[in-house]
Amino acid sequence: MPSLSTKVGLWTRHRMLRRLVGRVAGVVGVLFAVSTLTFLAAHLMPGDPALTILGGAGSHPTRVELLAIDRQYGFDKSLVVQYVTFTGHLLLGNLGTSYILKERVSTIIAQQMGPTFVLTIVSLVLSWVLAVGGTLLTARRNRYTSAFGSGAEIFVAGLPQYWLGIILMVVFAFRLRWFPVEGGTGVAGLVLPALTLAIPLAGFIGQVTRDEFSSVMEQPFVLSARTRGMGDTGVRVRHALRHSILPGITLSGWALGSLFSTAVIVEAVFARQGLGQVLVNAVSQRDIPVVIGVTLLVAVVYVVANLLVDLVYLVADPRLRSAG
Amino acid sequence: MVTSLTEALVVGPGIETHVRRRRRLSFRLGVWLSALLVVFVTVAAVDPSLLASGAPDTINLGHSFIAPSWSHLLGTDPSGRDVYTRVIYGARQSLVIGLLATLIAMVIAIILGVTAGLGGRWVDALINRFLEVLFAFPGLLLAFLFVAIFGTGVVTEVVAVAVGSAPGYARMIRGQVLAVKGSGYVEAAYALGHAPRRVISRQIVPNAMRPLVVLATMGVGQSIVWASSLSFLGLGVAPPSPEWGAMLDAGRDYTLQAWWLEIFPGLAIVLCTLAVTSLGRYFQQKLDGGIGA
Repeated sequence: MPSLSTKVGLWTRHRMLRRLVGRVAGVVGVLFAVSTLTFLAAHLMPGDPALTILGGAGSHPTRVELLAIDRQYGFDKSLVVQYVTFTGHLLLGNLGTSYILKERVSTIIAQQMGPTFVLTIVSLVLSWVLAVGGTLLTARRNRYTSAFGSGAEIFVAGLPQYWLGIILMVVFAFRLRWFPVEGGTGVAGLVLPALTLAIPLAGFIGQVTRDEFSSVMEQPFVLSARTRGMGDTGVRVRHALRHSILPGITLSGWALGSLFSTAVIVEAVFARQGLGQVLVNAVSQRDIPVVIGVTLLVAVVYVVANLLVDLVYLVADPRLRSAG
Repeated sequence: MVTSLTEALVVGPGIETHVRRRRRLSFRLGVWLSALLVVFVTVAAVDPSLLASGAPDTINLGHSFIAPSWSHLLGTDPSGRDVYTRVIYGARQSLVIGLLATLIAMVIAIILGVTAGLGGRWVDALINRFLEVLFAFPGLLLAFLFVAIFGTGVVTEVVAVAVGSAPGYARMIRGQVLAVKGSGYVEAAYALGHAPRRVISRQIVPNAMRPLVVLATMGVGQSIVWASSLSFLGLGVAPPSPEWGAMLDAGRDYTLQAWWLEIFPGLAIVLCTLAVTSLGRYFQQKLDGGIGA
């Protein structure tokens, strides 16, 4: 009966839609809780924010000056009023004013977001290229090649980014002079920072991809492809690779978030402009609105990236649509 | 392992044990090297004067920027202090920070995870939502946020690293508790008429904690890296102290003239982390494989 199959189709689609809506609602809820949590955390902060605004512990502002600041920034209001104002402004895209730079946080972030975003995306792509390349070349080859491949992945995944960055800088910028030492915003200046972020991540993605690759190579369909006379490269690329990148895709959501936060370190090493510099300065000067702004941005990127990964999965893997 | 099992089915049991023995041998070597390194670092942390004759903060301006040589194995810094001595003396601080941060993270995680696992539906849902919110921050970012709120310093550094890594552990512990709670032997204990409190303290908690040994071991490596990252960014231990991350921070301005100031403290962190992590993996294999592996 044709009507039954269309009914089933509609039903599954409806169910998928419900799951989708549920996921998006969940994400909105999480983000709301995240903003509340950061707000509360910032207000637990010991010390007087008005003092920070007027120049920190070294300065000796008068009581009148402090009170004026309290009124200007609304510190004299109750916590509830401040929270409502904060949330209202947040919904309108207003993240407040920096205590130190006396500039709107949204402006600061908009100015510095570009380089960090480019760095993060380039690193993610680069690490995928490295991981997939490494897997294709070394997984399930002879014993020594495979051992070398997986050993290298474990080693590389454990490297702290700042140290890797320094090594790359010493070797390729100071000794060999292939790349500019620091500051460059062009393509040449992007190579070393991107490699610094990509190499450890490639180690992580590579480990997962390799595991999956090895088990897929044992599957009957691989054997049947071989008996049909398909060459080794064909089997690897056309059959095994497709399956083995799936778990890596799940990791990518997490990876994007962690890249964004480790970019902070790499930007410091290479003295690169970007959100990292902004965040480190804000953290050390306790410029809370900027810290909250950058933190919220990273949280949004992280959560949305994970949501997208889930959605891609639902589309890519039909098995998930019917399950629970 | 899937690989060797399928191979074994095809080519017979003889080959399988042969392959496994070879793999074990090279694996053993790595484990022994790691253990040796951990012992070395521990000795350096307990009594650094056993491994280095000088003092870590003797300033000798006549000997500044000496490249690595026999008299100064790892060179000297701008004030003429011996880098090898400083790396040895830095082990204590780096190790203690790593251990303490992991310990605190574990305590937080055990409280949250066990409460969620045993506390019934509502408590579980509540803690799970809370963890989900924390998961919206990549771990290192949570540590940054913590430092921003409570200011820089050693104590905040330790707690910040702990707070950053606790949510991940908590989720794993919760899963573990739930798995153990539903297992046959717990059911059997209930069926034998043991009181819930007794089952929880004798069966569920000890069995759920077992994989934590591995988790904690690997966690120490991560904590050391994170803590040194904070120090490197100037948000943790301040430079005159020989903590490894702080040494890297202090050497940053001289990378061009004195590469050894940046390479060796970093190498200490890398080797230490690698050793701790591979020991963790070894324990994990022991646990997973049971008696046979």
